[in-house]
Amino acid sequence: MELLLSLAIGWLVACGVYLLLRARTFPVVMGLTLITYAVNLFLFASGGITDAGAPVASTDGPWTDPLPQALVLTAIVIGFAMTAYIVILSLRALGDLGDDHVDGDRLPPEDQP
Amino acid sequence: MLYLFLALPFVGAILPALAGNNRNLGASLAALAPLAALTGLLLNAGPIFDGGALVASVPWAPTLGLNLTVRIDGLAFLFAVLVLGIGLLIILYARYYLSARDSMPRFYALLLFFMGAMLGIVVSGNLLMMLVFWELTSIASFLLIGFWSHREDARKGARMALAITGGGGLCLLAGILLLGNIVGSYELDVVLAAGDVIRAHPLYAPMLILVLLGAFTKSAQFPFHFWLPHAMAAPTPVSAYLHSATMVKAGVFLLARLFPALSGTELWTLVVSSAGMATLLIGAYVALFKHDLKGLLAYSTLSHLGLITLLFGFNTPLAAVAAVFHIINHATFKASLFMAAGIIDHETGTRDMRRINGLWKYMPHTAVLAMVAAAAMAGVPLMNGFLSKEMFFAESLHLGLSGIAAWLPPLVATLAGVFSVAYSVRFIHDVFFNGEPIDLPKYPPHEPPRYMKIPVEILVAVCVLVGVAPAWIIAPLLDAAAGATLNGNLPDYSLAVWHGLNLPLMMSVIALVGGLLIYAFRHRLFSLHERLPEVDEKRVFEGLVRMSQGLAWRVTRVFENDSLQDYLRAMLMALVLALFAGLWLSPVDWRLPQMLPVDIPTVALGALLVVAAGVTALWHRKRVFALLLLSVVGLVVSVTFIRFSAPDLALTQLVVEVVTVLLLMLALFFLPDSAALESTARGRVRDAVLSSLVGIGVGAMAWLMMTTDVPRLADWFMAQSVPGGGGTNVVNVILVDFRGFDTFGEITVLAIAALGIYALLRELYLKAPELNGRGRPWAMETHPLILEVVSRPLLSLSLLVSLYIFLRGHNLPGGGFIAGLVTSVALLMQYVANGVSWVQSRIRSHYLAVTGIGLSVALVTGMGSWFFDRPFLTSAHGYLTLPVIGKMHLASALLFDIGVYLTVVGATLLMLSRLGRVSTLDRKRGGH
Repeated sequence: MELLLSLAIGWLVACGVYLLLRARTFPVVMGLTLITYAVNLFLFASGGITDAGAPVASTDGPWTDPLPQALVLTAIVIGFAMTAYIVILSLRALGDLGDDHVDGDRLPPEDQP
Repeated sequence: MLYLFLALPFVGAILPALAGNNRNLGASLAALAPLAALTGLLLNAGPIFDGGALVASVPWAPTLGLNLTVRIDGLAFLFAVLVLGIGLLIILYARYYLSARDSMPRFYALLLFFMGAMLGIVVSGNLLMMLVFWELTSIASFLLIGFWSHREDARKGARMALAITGGGGLCLLAGILLLGNIVGSYELDVVLAAGDVIRAHPLYAPMLILVLLGAFTKSAQFPFHFWLPHAMAAPTPVSAYLHSATMVKAGVFLLARLFPALSGTELWTLVVSSAGMATLLIGAYVALFKHDLKGLLAYSTLSHLGLITLLFGFNTPLAAVAAVFHIINHATFKASLFMAAGIIDHETGTRDMRRINGLWKYMPHTAVLAMVAAAAMAGVPLMNGFLSKEMFFAESLHLGLSGIAAWLPPLVATLAGVFSVAYSVRFIHDVFFNGEPIDLPKYPPHEPPRYMKIPVEILVAVCVLVGVAPAWIIAPLLDAAAGATLNGNLPDYSLAVWHGLNLPLMMSVIALVGGLLIYAFRHRLFSLHERLPEVDEKRVFEGLVRMSQGLAWRVTRVFENDSLQDYLRAMLMALVLALFAGLWLSPVDWRLPQMLPVDIPTVALGALLVVAAGVTALWHRKRVFALLLLSVVGLVVSVTFIRFSAPDLALTQLVVEVVTVLLLMLALFFLPDSAALESTARGRVRDAVLSSLVGIGVGAMAWLMMTTDVPRLADWFMAQSVPGGGGTNVVNVILVDFRGFDTFGEITVLAIAALGIYALLRELYLKAPELNGRGRPWAMETHPLILEVVSRPLLSLSLLVSLYIFLRGHNLPGGGFIAGLVTSVALLMQYVANGVSWVQSRIRSHYLAVTGIGLSVALVTGMGSWFFDRPFLTSAHGYLTLPVIGKMHLASALLFDIGVYLTVVGATLLMLSRLGRVSTLDRKRGGH
């Protein structure tokens, strides 16, 4: 199971990075989203994975580790905020530069001094 | 007292600014500090003449060996008197030299700043402290050379001087650190007493070379001599002060200062004397051919600095005495010559000796002064220059060398003497005789103001007095200074005008006659000289500067090519390197451990994730399709959380997924929903390889993390949750209680992101496309009826659900984050189903305010604990039994969770509802 999860994480990262390297803003946003998934799973996996129950103290143990879960919960929300910010940034760039290329309008290289 | 002495010039630098436009008052105020310092120094000079020193020391950074030690012995006293005395004369002179356009307070402030720095060098008893002042003089010199900053030659000369002396300063720093390391102290007393240790040390050679580099650059020794002539772009008082009398003497001062510690080896003799000899000859030769008055003096200064260096290179006590003597003499006659040159420049408007002729008729007084000073420079008997030059000749004969080597020093010395006489004669004859002036900018020239000549007169008087009666005038000072230079081992020497008919006298005579002869045949020599290829050091230097600029530009272009993709690739490559290096270097156990067994549903889930993510990446150009697959990945991730017993995470991920997809859908409305293929096949393969490497690295990390056993905090949290936080849902308790401060930080980030988006969306109007990707026009109908009808009752239902989730959050999966997201989704649904204007007319809420209130609630809750003398965010709790819901836990953490809830709702809606408005406005503006 551990192997399966690490493969999944690695694969998500690879797909995400590939998208991150594209030239247009939308795939970059999608790539970031994929990487966010991978990072969340990664953080989650840092607690180790077990078949134990949810960390609710009123139930009988054994429980899984609650700490990574708490960290990942906020990470999900923050990840969402970041994605939203990047999306709006890319729209703003589209509005101001008239192009959805990550570099905006390509400026001519400066003259050598 | 000694510190006050050192601080005086720096304090005095401010004074001239008080004078305003009153030039006389400005000069007087400027003279105040050096006058006070000089008086104080002379009144306390008693012990110095007895061979002692005035010392004061305060530890500054003792662990570094850095103490504020002021130590005035004979040598420091001599230099301090030169710096302050000539400085005073320069202040008087500059009063008349500067024109009304020049800023006098600025000039005097810089001059006094330099004076303080120079004084610091000579009286420092700690090498590190001296180094600080050393650098200060470089900076002051830079500012003063560039005083006329509107002139290009001034700026370039200043830059060159700073580059050379600054670079030398760095070498000196390294050398002194080595020296301090060898000796174990930076205190001058200790260093001077440790000469034998230093010379025997294996690091002696590199240390010596570094220190000498510092001294040679400062004193413009070959091959670093070229900055000095270009520094002549400075106003003449600066040239007279810094670039002949004082600052360029800092290098030879250093040689004198460290003479007992460093000299006495073959390396010292070889390096110091060859540099000195080369500079002596080059300077004397080039000076003869300079048409610029100050250029001639600059090269002659080089030559005399070379002479002093050569004397130190001779490595004998008597030569050191001669060197110190020549330092005094050169300072007096060269400063007066520079001032005379400045007067001539001032009165004629030019410094070109081909035009300035026959000034004897117009300014006889100045002519007499200049002639006496030039005679001292040439080494004419009864002048001070004659005495030290004879000591130089004598020393060059007594080196104990054999064979050809024994002939070299006297030969060089005589040759330099010949040229020195020749250029001195040229200076006098060309300027004051040699026919009538040609085409002067100011005509007729006349004598300068009375007070402008006083400094020259004083210096010239010193030249003559020392020359005539050396034993009375200068002997005590020279004894003290030379004694300090040699650390107390002063040899017997005689200061007399007449030593009888001997070899040095013969050399003097040869020099005088030879010089006159050369000058007589100067026209033939000039035409010969003009046929020689000219080496322009300035062009070489500027070329070097340009070359390094070009190199820097090219290197920058390689890394900074305006392509974010390339930057990202570079960073990812670094990441890959770091990942694999880390995996490679750390002891890692790659054996397969006991793993959790796999089951079919999980494997299927994994396969779905792999396919969905892979296809998203592959078909990213079909954007809507890729987005749908992306949401599949998100769903699989949330199911994964359920599979591994993390219900809170699964809930959060699910709701966030909904919001994210909504957001991306909205964005796609503006962006083209499919894109053309832009990258090349090769580029895609390269990116695929790079991303695979990153993926493999991260996967391997995840694997190692999961298979390595580390102690976990789980048990502590499980045990403490109920007694410490009063809730059974440990995840929520951690969020709002144990790690509440983290959570507070996180909702702040969320609010900041929302604010950022709010700002980005202001004034943003995007042109909404008329057609979709397939060329069909977008439907402009109102919203679908069924969605409209269903969404309205769903709102109250989902709000109820979010309330439920919120309230149970402390004990069962749920909580402020999830409830906030559910509420947001419920409200967003209304936007989607009914349109922005419909919702806005019904919900008059300002999401910005909601976000702010949420944050404040969380903050105030946290601060509440201060009233009970507890740290920030300490929670208190009790129990309350409500009907239907049952026994409820009331904790301050609940209030905090309300803050979280409000922030999440406000921020999320702020992000999405504004984006909806961009499109709405645009459509309305489009006429629909």
